[in-house]
Amino acid sequence: MCLAIPGKIIELVAGNPNLGTVDVVGVRRKVDLGLLKDEMPKPGDWVLIHVGFAMSKISEEDAQEQMRTLAMLGEADQAMQEVRGYGMDDADGHEKPN
Amino acid sequence: MRFVDEFRDPEIITKAAAEVHRLVDPGRHYRFMEVCGGHTHAIYRFGLKDLLPENIELIHGPGCPVCVLPMGRIDDGLSLCQDSNVIFTAFGDMMRVPGTHGSPLEHKARGADVRIVYSPSDALNLARANPDRHVMFFAIGFETTAPSTALTLLRARVEGIKNFSVFCNHVTIIPAIRAILDSPDMRLDAFIGPGHVSTVIGCRPYEWICRNENKPIVVSGFEPLDMLQSIVMILRQLNAGEAKVENQYKRVVPWEGNRAALRAMAEVFQLRPYFEWRGLGFISQSALRIRDEFAEWDAEQRFQVPGVRVTDPRAAQCGEVLKGVLKPHQCKLFGRECTPEHPIGALMVSTEGSCAAYHSYEHRKQLLTNIQTAA
Ligand code: SF4
Repeated sequence: MCLAIPGKIIELVAGNPNLGTVDVVGVRRKVDLGLLKDEMPKPGDWVLIHVGFAMSKISEEDAQEQMRTLAMLGEADQAMQEVRGYGMDDADGHEKPN
Repeated sequence: MRFVDEFRDPEIITKAAAEVHRLVDPGRHYRFMEVCGGHTHAIYRFGLKDLLPENIELIHGPGCPVCVLPMGRIDDGLSLCQDSNVIFTAFGDMMRVPGTHGSPLEHKARGADVRIVYSPSDALNLARANPDRHVMFFAIGFETTAPSTALTLLRARVEGIKNFSVFCNHVTIIPAIRAILDSPDMRLDAFIGPGHVSTVIGCRPYEWICRNENKPIVVSGFEPLDMLQSIVMILRQLNAGEAKVENQYKRVVPWEGNRAALRAMAEVFQLRPYFEWRGLGFISQSALRIRDEFAEWDAEQRFQVPGVRVTDPRAAQCGEVLKGVLKPHQCKLFGRECTPEHPIGALMVSTEGSCAAYHSYEHRKQLLTNIQTAA
């Protein structure tokens, strides 16, 4: 819960200024971008996600570092489970092919 | 050193460890507290202790939100799911934490509607999808998760979603550190500062520790190299007679934190006059409550909450372990009555809890050595 998960912004969700689709190692989910509204991320930016909310913008290199940290801590699977769990209402959002 | 194999770059690690050994004063005993449960987990996982000189002792801090929540709060939250119209939602970490009458999962087995969510916004989604039910989100966490709960409540208000509430157990890290420093039996030399809490609050709030208590604090990342570098930074400060805040985890933590997150928290929450922490007792201004403007969405204001206060099971020594007075294995129940499969205290449930971390790594390591020596 306290470890952050890195993801890449794929697109901003049309019609909802607070949502963006992120890609975390191939899994795509909608996350809330409201906590970054002072410097809204754009498609292609990398962010750190906590409990479904993007919390900070980071570089691509740092995103990779963070994924590796999760793997080293043995928490990569748990992180992916968390990401898969986001947006349970979102019928069309599940496991979209890239 | 088996665990070193898992490091990406053993050579750099060895160098950093050598630097630590070079900087310590052999005649001195150092006590550093890692505040964050994520660090506790990392320390055991990587066998960091094996890399450090014997006179550096790492003390586990209060930064595991599941662990510091007193059982009465869990009972209070669960009392609301007796109502069959209520859907009780919480993060997965909460599900196996024991209450007096069982954990949330055990309540589910007895028929309560208890569901895991991975985000507070999913709890709100559940409320949208079930307009004739009431969805309650049992919120836990430090400043890392509190902004997300705040934003979820702001969204609920904007959309006028009335069948949703939050049972707020958010706590704040600085008063906990202060309480630890105030406790008479605690002598600490420095702090390894929490990584992800600091992405929100930034580094400034720690400055008082350095100024008033004359203790260095280094905000640290979670890899072995991060933590070794942080310890090097601490030792350099101590050797130079300095006490300041430093940021080892610059790649993730901005010095000023996340202002939008802090604004959302300020809009929705206010400090409680005091809050009970497991092991640390009542700490003033250490937790957040939902402001009256959001009373409709505050489970504590909306429902009759019994306000239970229970003490931990007698033999359980979670309080002493949380305060750093005992090491996990020194609890009488450790590894016998209390195991990750059958946890008695919350510290054995969460991966960030020191008992669970100690059990899965140190214990296993010990067993392996026993087996190897027996063979
Ligand atoms: S072993 Fe169990 S009872 Fe003892 S301190 Fe740890 S969690 Fe609490």
